[in-house]
Parts: sequence; C-alpha cells; structure tokens
Amino acid sequence: MTRSYITIDGNEAVASVAHRTNEVIAIYPITPSSNMGEWADEWSAKGKKNIWGTVPQVSELQSEGGASGAVHGALQAGALTTTFTASQGLLLMIPNMYKIAGELTSLCMHVSARTVATHALSIFGDHSDVMACRQTGFALLASGSVQEAHDFAAIGQLATLRARVPFLHFFDGFRTSHEVSKIVYLSDDELRALLPFDLIAQHRSRALTPDRPLLRGTAQNPDAFFQAREACNRFYQACPSHVEAAMARFQEITGREYHLMDYAGHPEAERVIVVMGTGAEVTHEAVEWLADQGEKVGVVKVRLYRPFPVEQFVKALPPTVTRIAVLDRTKEPGAIGEPLYLDVVAAVREARDAGRLPLAAEPKIIGGRYGLSSKEFTPAMVKAVFDELAAPAPKTHFTVGIMDDVTHLSLPYDADLDIEPDDVRRSVFFGLGSDGTVGANKNSIKIIGEETNNYAQGYFVYDSKKAGAITISHLRFGPRQIRSSYLVKQAGFVACHQYEFMDKYDVLGYAKPGGVFLLNSPFPPQETWDALAREVQEQIIEKRLDFYVIDAFAVARETGMGTRINTVMQTCFFAISGVLPREEAIAQIKGAIEKTYGKRGPDVVRKNFAAVDQALANLHRVTVPASPTATRTLPPIVPDPAPDFVKRVTALMMANKGDLLPVSAFPVDGTWPTATTQWEKRNIAQDIPVWDEALCIQCNKCAMVCPHAAIRIKVYDPALLDGAPATFKAVDFKGGEFKGLKYTVQVAPEDCTGCTLCVVVCPAKDKTNPKHKSLDMHPQRPLRDAERENYAFFLGLPEVDRTKVKPDVKGVQFLQPLFEYSGACVGCGETPYVKLLTQLFGDRALIANATGCSSIYGGNLPTTPFSVNQDGRGPAWSNSLFEDNAEFGLGFRLAIDKHVEQAAEMLRRLAPAVGEALVDALLSAEQRSEAGIAEQRSRVEALKQKLAGIDSADARWLERLADYLVRKSVWVVGGDGWAYDIGYGGLDHVLAMGRDVNILVLDTEVYSNTGGQQSKATPLGASARFAMAGKPAGKKDLGMMAMVYGNTYVARVAFGAKDVQTVKAFVEAEAYDGPSLIIAYSHCIAHGYDMAQGLDQQKLAVDSGYWPLYRFDPRRMATGESPLVLDSAAPKIDLAKYTGNEARYRVVEQMDPARFKMLSERAQREVTMRFSLYEQLAKLTFPVVKP
Amino acid sequence: MDLSTTYLGLTLPHPVMPGASPMVDHLDLVKRLEDAGAAAITMHSLFEEQITREQQGMVYHMELLDHGNAEALSYFPQASEFRLGPYQYLEQVRLVKQTVALPVIASLNGTTSEGWLEYAKLIEQAGASAIELNVYHVAADPRETGDAVERRVLDIVGAVKTSVSVPVAVKLSPFYSSIAHLAASLDALGADGLVLFNRFYQPDIDLQELAVTSHLSLSTSQDLLLRLRWLAVLYGRVKASLAVSGGVHTAQDALKAVMAGAGAVQTVSGLLKNGPEHIKAIVGGMRAWLEEHEYESLEQAKGSMSLERSPNPAAFERANYMKVLAAYQMKIA
Repeated sequence: MTRSYITIDGNEAVASVAHRTNEVIAIYPITPSSNMGEWADEWSAKGKKNIWGTVPQVSELQSEGGASGAVHGALQAGALTTTFTASQGLLLMIPNMYKIAGELTSLCMHVSARTVATHALSIFGDHSDVMACRQTGFALLASGSVQEAHDFAAIGQLATLRARVPFLHFFDGFRTSHEVSKIVYLSDDELRALLPFDLIAQHRSRALTPDRPLLRGTAQNPDAFFQAREACNRFYQACPSHVEAAMARFQEITGREYHLMDYAGHPEAERVIVVMGTGAEVTHEAVEWLADQGEKVGVVKVRLYRPFPVEQFVKALPPTVTRIAVLDRTKEPGAIGEPLYLDVVAAVREARDAGRLPLAAEPKIIGGRYGLSSKEFTPAMVKAVFDELAAPAPKTHFTVGIMDDVTHLSLPYDADLDIEPDDVRRSVFFGLGSDGTVGANKNSIKIIGEETNNYAQGYFVYDSKKAGAITISHLRFGPRQIRSSYLVKQAGFVACHQYEFMDKYDVLGYAKPGGVFLLNSPFPPQETWDALAREVQEQIIEKRLDFYVIDAFAVARETGMGTRINTVMQTCFFAISGVLPREEAIAQIKGAIEKTYGKRGPDVVRKNFAAVDQALANLHRVTVPASPTATRTLPPIVPDPAPDFVKRVTALMMANKGDLLPVSAFPVDGTWPTATTQWEKRNIAQDIPVWDEALCIQCNKCAMVCPHAAIRIKVYDPALLDGAPATFKAVDFKGGEFKGLKYTVQVAPEDCTGCTLCVVVCPAKDKTNPKHKSLDMHPQRPLRDAERENYAFFLGLPEVDRTKVKPDVKGVQFLQPLFEYSGACVGCGETPYVKLLTQLFGDRALIANATGCSSIYGGNLPTTPFSVNQDGRGPAWSNSLFEDNAEFGLGFRLAIDKHVEQAAEMLRRLAPAVGEALVDALLSAEQRSEAGIAEQRSRVEALKQKLAGIDSADARWLERLADYLVRKSVWVVGGDGWAYDIGYGGLDHVLAMGRDVNILVLDTEVYSNTGGQQSKATPLGASARFAMAGKPAGKKDLGMMAMVYGNTYVARVAFGAKDVQTVKAFVEAEAYDGPSLIIAYSHCIAHGYDMAQGLDQQKLAVDSGYWPLYRFDPRRMATGESPLVLDSAAPKIDLAKYTGNEARYRVVEQMDPARFKMLSERAQREVTMRFSLYEQLAKLTFPVVKP
Repeated sequence: MDLSTTYLGLTLPHPVMPGASPMVDHLDLVKRLEDAGAAAITMHSLFEEQITREQQGMVYHMELLDHGNAEALSYFPQASEFRLGPYQYLEQVRLVKQTVALPVIASLNGTTSEGWLEYAKLIEQAGASAIELNVYHVAADPRETGDAVERRVLDIVGAVKTSVSVPVAVKLSPFYSSIAHLAASLDALGADGLVLFNRFYQPDIDLQELAVTSHLSLSTSQDLLLRLRWLAVLYGRVKASLAVSGGVHTAQDALKAVMAGAGAVQTVSGLLKNGPEHIKAIVGGMRAWLEEHEYESLEQAKGSMSLERSPNPAAFERANYMKVLAAYQMKIA
C-alpha cells in the first residue's frame, strides 16, 4: 500500500479521524482543544462527508456541561457521537461521563490534556484534567505524538465499539495538539476497514426508540444499586483485550504496531521509567541514546491507562528490572504519590502476590512529577531520573525540570546536555504575533515535509500578550521520525524577525557554534553591526556565526505587503539555511503562494512573488570583525526604581527566563502584587501620537478612547511647571472648573501601541491644514527619549481632586486610570470600558473577572495592569472560572455586606466610647458622590484613631472591618461567551437576587480569546468559528431579558458612538442600589477590519439601529415613566452600511452570496422590528402607586 | 416605424438602454427594464479597487492575527478555502443573463493596466455580450503628461481587446486635451464603441467638519449638450459605434443624441427618477415624433446633425462659443 504523508498538527490529526468516524459532534471552545471543534465545524460546513457518506452534524453548546449532555443524548439515541475538550471543560463533563460509562455506551472523546486551574489558570498542558476523570469509568488511552494521536483516535473508536466502555483519548495539550508534524495519513478505506458495520449496528441496536421502548436512568434503592453497579465488571475485565484486538487489527491494516504497554530500550534493562504522553517519546529518545552508551535503561510507555492492564504492564518490564521511576504529569497535593505511581506500585504488588511478577526481584519504585503546565521535559531530565534511580537511596518522591529550593524535591540535571544528532537540522525564529512568522514557518514545514523525504516538526511558543506578542518557532527537519517533544536548544539557524528583540531576549542563546544568524534590521549591514549591544556582538564572534541582515519591512512595504514580512523572511531562511537547494526552495515557496492565495486573485500572488524576488536582492552578509566594537551594553530589563520583587522575579519572566526561577521565588497561594505593567516598557508602536497644544479644544476624548491608558490628561498648578523638561507641553485650562490651572495631554511613549484611536477621535483640526489635528501620529523612535522624560514628569504631577471633577466624559478623564498598559490588542474595544470603570470607582472596586480576553490581559503574568493610586488603593481583582463569574462576584458582595453589617453592629455597641455623633455620621453617610466617599474616608480615619485608644475585643474586631464602612463597588466583568452562554444561568440568578452588583459585559459578539467562536451574542449573518457559514440565528437580547425582572438597571452602550451616554450609564449603574447590567459594544479583531476604524464602526452600528443605546432604570417606574430611555435615534442607515465593512460578514458573501443575501435581509428586518419594539417600550407609562 | 440600430456589432430594435447603474443589482428591476422594452442591459461598473482591495484587504484583516496567540491561531476560516474578489459581480452577470433575453453589457472601471484586467476575461466567460470599459482617472500627478494620460487609456483598452473576443466599448470622460485624437487612437486600436461621457461625482466640502464629502447628483437634460457636440464631432470619423451617456431624460433628448450620431442612447437619471418603465415612454416618444415628422426610419435621422452633415457645423466648434457668449451679454444689457 502506498503511504500518504501529510503535515498537520495534533488537533487536526485527531479531528480528521473523529470527523470521519462520527455522525454527531457536540462542541464548545476551550484551549487547546478548540481547533478540533473548529476543524469539524469547517469540514461539515463545507459538506465534507464521513466514511459512511454522510456529513456529520456539528453543534456548539453553551458550555462543556451542555456539550456532554448533548453527547449523552445523541449516544442514547444511537448516533456515533464525539466531543473534544480539555481542562475545566473536561471537569464540567464529569457528571455525564459517569452516566455514559455507567450505561456502557460506546464513545471515544478526545482531550488535549491541559492543566486544571488551581493557584492560577494555565492554558498549557499536563494531565491534571485527565487524571480527574480516572474514576468515571471511562477507559483512558494516551498518545504521545501527532502520529499516535491520529492513530489512537481510530483505535479508540474501534475499541469502544467493541468493548462498550467509553474511551477518553488524550494527548498533551500544545506539545502534541499544536505541534506540526509529518505523519502517515489514515485513508477513508483504512478507517472503513477498521470499523466494521456489525459493531456499529450493535451500537444502534442499543439506542432508545419508541419502536422498542426501554428505559435508562432509573433511580435505584439500597436493595439494587450496589449489585447493579457491579454488573458492569466483566466489560471492564474484557476492555484491555478489546484494545489489544483493536491495535492488532490496526496493525493489520496500517502496519503500525502498538501495545497496551510499549517497551523500548535495553533488553536487559535494570532501570526503567514508566510514563505517558509526549514524555514517553522524550524518554524513548533519551533511552536509545543512553542504551547506545551501554546503560541498561528502558521505558514503558503506558498507552491504556484505564482500565489499568496489570498483566500487560508487568509483562512489558524486562525481567532484569530492579528499579522503576514512575513519572506523572500532574500533582495531587496530599496524596501518597501521583496516580500513575500509585497504580504502578499497586500493579507490581498485586502481580507479585499473584505470583505473576516476571522479575527476578521485587523492584524499588519511586515516583516523580514533571512537565506541569507544559514545563519543558528534555532528555537531560530523563537522564537525571535514571541517575537518581542509580543512586544508593533514590528520592521516593521527586520533581524534575524545576529547582525546588524549598522542599528540595527536585533532581538536578545538566541543562546543557544536548543529545540531538547533527543530521537533524534545527532552526529557531523569533517573531511577532502579527508579522506572520509562525504562519511562514508552518508553510516551510509543509514544504519540507511534503516535498522531501525528510521528517519535519514545528512547535511554536507564544507569550500571553495580545498586542506585540512574541512568538518563538522551533523547527526540526531530519531523516528519521522525530521524537524530540521539547524545544530546540542548539539551532544551526537562528532568525530574529524583530530588531527590538535583540535588546530584550537572549536570541543567540539558541545559536549553535558555527550556525547561521539572520536579523531583520532597519539598518544597512554595517550599521546593524554597530547598533548591536556588546554582549550580542560577543556572542556572534564567540560562536563564529554566519551573520545576515535584511530590512524586511522595507522590502515588504515596497512590494505592497504592508507589515507582513512572512514571505520575505521565509525566502531568506531557505536562501541561507541550506535545508533545501536554493532554487528548488524558491520554486516551492512560489508554489505554496500560488496554492494559498491563487483563489484570492492574481494581485495578492504577484505581490508575494515580488516579495520573494526582492528578499533575495536585499539579503546581505555582514562582515563580522574579530572583536566586539560596541560601547553600548544591554539595557536592564526593568528600570532601577522597580520594586525588588519585580526585579528579582518579574524581570526574569519578562526576559523569557522564568524557567530559571526557583520555587522560593514564588508566592505560595497565587497572590501577586498589582501595578506591574508599568515596569514592562514594550515599545511596540512604530508611531505614537504627538499633541499640538495650540489646536487642542480640551475635550479629553483621546484619553477616553485609549485602550491602554497611554494618553493621559492632568490639570495642575502652573507653579509645578518649574523644572519641567524642555519639551514638556502645557497650556492654560480653558474651562471654568479649573480656572487658572495648566492643562497637559501626555503620551506614554513606551506603552502606546500605536492604534491611532485617539487621533481618529480628535475633533480639533488645523483650520489652514485640516489634515493636521491636535493629535497626529509620528515615528516613535526619535521621540522616545524626550517623551519618556516628559511622561515621567507628568506622572509626578499631582492627581486631580476627585471631588472637583464633574462625572461627564471630560471630567472623568482627569481621573487616574487604575488599569494601564495591558497586553490587550492594538485598538482593543473592551479595555476603554475597563479603564473607565477604574477611573470612576477603581479605588474602592472589587472585580470578579470571567475567564476570557479580559482575564488574560487583566491577570496573565508576567505583568498585570490593575494599578494603585497615591494612597495605595486600587481595584482588587480575581478570576475564578469561566462559568461562575456572576456568582463569584455575588460572593464578594455577600461578604462585604456582611462585613458592613458587622461593622455597624460593633459601631453601635461601641458608640458610647467612639462618640454617638461619629457613629451616626458613619452609619447614615451619603456615599453616592466622590465628596460623600471622601468624607466617609475621613470619618473612618477618625474612627480608627478613636478605636486605637479603646481597649476591647470589639474595638480590635472593628479596626479590621472599619474600611468596609466606605462603600465598596463590586464589579462582575466578562465577555459575551460568559454572559450569554456558559455563565448565563448564574448571571440570571444573580440579577434575580437583587443584590448590589454591577455587571459589565464586554460584548465582542464572539469568544474572542479562543479565536472567535460564535456565542449567542453573535449577530445573525456573521461568520464566526463554529458558525462558519454565517450564523442563522439572531443575537440574544440579553438586555431585554434582564429588563423583565424589573429590578435591574440595564444599559446598552457603545463608547465610540456616544461616550456621554456610556459615562452616564456607568455612573448610574454604580449608584443604583441593586443589580446593574451594562452591555458594552466592543469592537474586536475577530470582526475583521482595521481597529483604527473601531469608533466609526460603533457609530455605524448605532446609526443602523443594530446597536440601540438605552438605559433602563427601574426607579423611573415610580413616577409613572417608562423605565426605558432610548439614547439613540431611529435607524438612519441600512444595516449593510455597517456590516459591509467587516470581514466577518463579507466572508459569508464570498462563500455563499445567496445565503448572504437571505441572511442580510433577515438581519435588516430584525433590526427594524427590534428598534420598533424598543421605541414602543420607551413610550410606556405606568400608574403611579402611592406607597 | 423602424427604430432599429446597431451598437457594438449588436443589432438592437431601438437605441435606448439603461446606462451603468445600481438598478442591475435587483433582478426584479432588470426584469422590469426588459418588460419596459430596454434594448440592452448595461451593468454597473466593477471597480479596479474593488478587485484589488478586496483581495488585499480581506487577506490583511483576516490573516493579520493568525498564529499570533496561543489560544487563537486564527479568527476566520482558511482563506484558501473560499474565493476572494468580486465574484458576486460575475454571478450577477450570470443571473442577469439568465433573467433577460437581452444583450448584457458588463462594465469594468479602472485606471491601471494591471492584474485586475484579468476580470475582463472572467466577465466574458460569465456570459456578457460586450464589455464597457470605464477609464475614470483623475490625472492629479503633476509629473504625468497629457500624453501619458492618454497612453494609460490606450494600454488598458489594448490589454482588454487582446484578452476577450466580445466587443469592447470605452466610456470616456470629456477631460482630455484632444478627444478627437484619443477617439481616433482608440478606433485604430480596435475599440468597438465609444461612450460619451462619463459623469464624475465631484467632491464637495463639508464646512462644519472641514472634510471632503461626495454626493450623487442626478443628471439633467442640460448635461446632454456637451455630449451632443462631441457625438457630432466624432460621428463619421471613427469606425467605432457611438453611444451617449448623461443627460438623456426625454424622447427629444434621445432623438437629439441620435441625430448627433449616437447609435445607442443610455439613460440612468431618468429611470432612477421615473422608474424602469420610463424607457417605454422615451421609445414611444421617439417613435411618435419620427412618425409625426414623417421619417422613414431612425437610421434616416442618425448622424443627420453631426459636424459632417449639420447645416451649421460651426455651431459645434469654436464659433459657437463666441455666439453664445455674445447672446448672453446682450441679454444682460
């Protein structure tokens, strides 16, 4: 049989089998499994059929809990069904997993194993999620590479049909799910041969149907349950043999051989590691290397972890084994050991007791943890484990891959050990998320994998920033199967696609001596050399690197590619890395361009071709002198005034060296200081705004729309300008409220992302040259130093007196933002709302944040954006889960209310000592205004002073609670995925409870964080992941649903359309003594247009009636008025004027014009009808009922 | 009365047809135009920018953030899986062709002889009976000579002519230093028709916002006069058939155009104001007038008032200007 090779990632490899061997697929997005669902949705949307000739039905549910319920139902009704998930999603499926297993239902689900959130969330890979399912009755099947994941998806499907035990097939999140690898493809014929009709027929025959009615899901009593639970035993006993049979059949068909437990290594091994997943592949690689050197070592790769096949496990061990180390990629605090370790101990013990242990002597068994949250696991660490096993008294419980200087469990390892042979060509590329580096590398892997006999592997490391995110690509090409499931350490080719990185990261740390180094530099070759820091020059000289430069941005610009340097840099890679003959490589690149862009028209293809040709013409080799010439050294990662913790811990993480931090460096409970983004000067903007103070009309709109709090405004005493830097700008304040003060608009040059929203919104044009406004964009680099100094001076100016500020758009922008320089996207439409929240209420706010974009830019290390004011006050922030955010926030409220209640009780008890007047004032204080809050703060200070002089337990108790007498503002913040879908049940309940919480829904109309999957907020007719063909259902009217309670303040806002109304809504919502819901239009990159147009799109959304602005205040009913006030006029333009500018709609038109037309017409109708409904509701009157 | 005419090699029952307009986006309107007796359907223009921006813009906005973030490798379906570019235009050509039995003249509007011209071929394949090339160009570059401006037009027309076999008409603007020379050059290049003239949507200024705005204003019969002159000048001097576009609102307007030399009469503003059925009124009016004035056929009238045949040809040339100016001054006096 001829083998067909493809180059794909693990998720696609699995989804490809799952989609072709199922009929119903229920999905929900969660990293890193989302792509499996996306592939399934995309294939079904395009009419791709399964191996039995029918298109699988793919449905997105509201949560993984919902998906598992739908899976359960579809299985009960007899369909071949599957799902994909990970981490918290898998945990939400557990209740149904018990049911599905208890009912002996054939299902093979696929999990890209990911860390379960504990002290912190992590999107990366380990087995903590899967291990939380080992008691559900599911069989657990582990694969360790992209090929295995592809194969085991098929084996699992056959095994579950044979065994009736449901299967959870898992593979390592990111390391396998996102690794691109060349694999042998399972053809439809092979899959058909593997899955016989009679097994499917048996599955069908167990379906619930009124034609043969049966009942499942009974409730059983003590007389029956226990025995009935034991009735399934023989299926679990038989399960391993079914898997063996499935593997045997798979081998017959494909020639690829697997066993329940696979052994590799020395046939007379004395020391053996037992491990699952990619760790097994790394161990395999290390074992071969060690065995070649005569070491008697081996590895048992656990394939079937549940039901644990004791017999096959002990048989897999060579009889010579005396010592076993079991590696778990999970942590179970408090357990004797991690689960695989305990299973191995028990298996050996049971085999011994049964007289079936085929070993000469009972082995010593130790257990260790490795690789939590995708921590690197390398051959060096494997060697460390084997070394430990050889020690006279090996540690019974250890960790490997970190330095534990607290409990001293970690094993030392040789970080420099590199066992990779020279015929595996390794390359490392540093790029930006937005420069196309990763895409180009995936393309290169495809070229090499599919056009040569080489095996190819690509793995991509991303940081957690959304704007200016760094990506590091690790590529391997070689003549043999690549088992190296770890990052490249020594690369023969290193490329840095962003010049700025040379000062920030140890790019050349990856370079192998004698290797090639390619730098994208804005300077000519010799100037590039001169501009490098001394340390970098030293590395180039010491490692004898062959150094090339290209000004890729210039080439891209000149060839019409904009800022996309992918094609240019890819061409250079092929031209100088030598992985393919140059001419052949260029032809392949052009072929790939033709293939990718051919359908998009000749223009795109031609520009890319020009980029290829120009790249070659502009690639220069640098003559490297014998010794360094630079006088400049690398700048410090963080400036000197940074706090000690930031310098010791955060700075290392920022420099991409967090792996070096020992356990003692970290907080023990996930508690971190806030206000750390200020130390991470990222300098990602090419251009920044420059203020022309003469033109400025002082409207403050620029600060209002800035997503990163990188343009700020202050008014201050003119005397404070003494000592101002020479280029610091100030003018007289023009209004009455701060008469006599100076006014400054100041840009944070190193924090601005260059989104241009402030320039777009600026209304002040030069009358003689309207192209010039009070804010224009200018190149950042020449301005950087002076503006850095200006900004520092600006920050030193005193903050405004909050009690003097009017709560309108202009006024609130004098207030200090306590959310700054987040990692949100350039031009983000969410963060201006979050920032506004902190300006208005940040010094007394607790924020519960649902998982999603806002929790990532809000709380992802290394630095976090919530900050503090001069009094040390600022938002307290936490993320619980995705699904429970409203309840989590409600918990804040309940606790605070209780604190206030207790404080009041104590105050009354202590009134004689404290003073009746102060107590009365404290308890009856008006706290709905800044002045009221300020007065209460002074009363609390007075109280504390009094309490200090009172010697009683009550006084001590009250001291702890006194600050709660100042009104706290509870905010529940999250995206539409949370509010409309997974968290809706909780949100609904919290609204119904009537407590004083403020809910801010940042509505981007998709699950933005996971890549734009549809939510119930996605509008009709828009394409989104999981609704690729255009969403056929309308957007859920969350606001209307909340209004129905009659107790909730509801507002719908769009700051780009009417900022006045946005500010008003925030102020009213917070002042409202009950639940408030603000639904905030948030333009998003997932909408597919330049975010600089975000404000215009918001206007169009409102003008078309698509996004009516309103405020619903239940208090108005008391006076007979309608609680609903419409703040935007009747539709002025067609919906198409708004939707036509966004790729999410346009793409539907491109794919299916007829469907687009149908959906657009329906959407227009719905907009018209809904607006009319609001208009009518706004005209309602109510009888005034006297109390 | 025989109103038949030939235009771009097509034999038409009469010369009146809708000019390029958004009406063809709606198949019900297209059907009404046919029912009203339109001689042919002219599609609105597919713009060069539509083609290139669509391709580049969509690629840019859809791919910009691909592979940039661990949790979101992309936000849109893979672009290689669907077509980019204004394919719906081609689809519309197909649909219009299916809806009516009339010749369908598709229109391309652009200013460079680059890749977008490949769409001419696709338009032909989609079933267009002829192509009208609109070479709308604002010659704002001080380095570009008048000769280069004309060369640009000739290059585009030459490229399209070699790529398609259906007839090609060129819609010109009146802003060339030598319209007659350009027309002759196009004629020599094999252009099958000349459409006089394109109407520019001139930019306006918003005083409040200090911004440039644009409005669509409908033509009036006054706009016809410029076209009459140039039809009259070119008639008989070029092999290419001539069409008028701009300012035809009534049967009288149409007759004047035919007498000046037009083989086809395009009308848009009149139809936008009065509905597709207005074609019937124009054609009916032409027939009635010709009958009333005892013409044998429309052909008899065609070109009768051209520079070649007009009783007072000077009226079309420079002398006309002096005469009109003098008359106006007398009125003031």
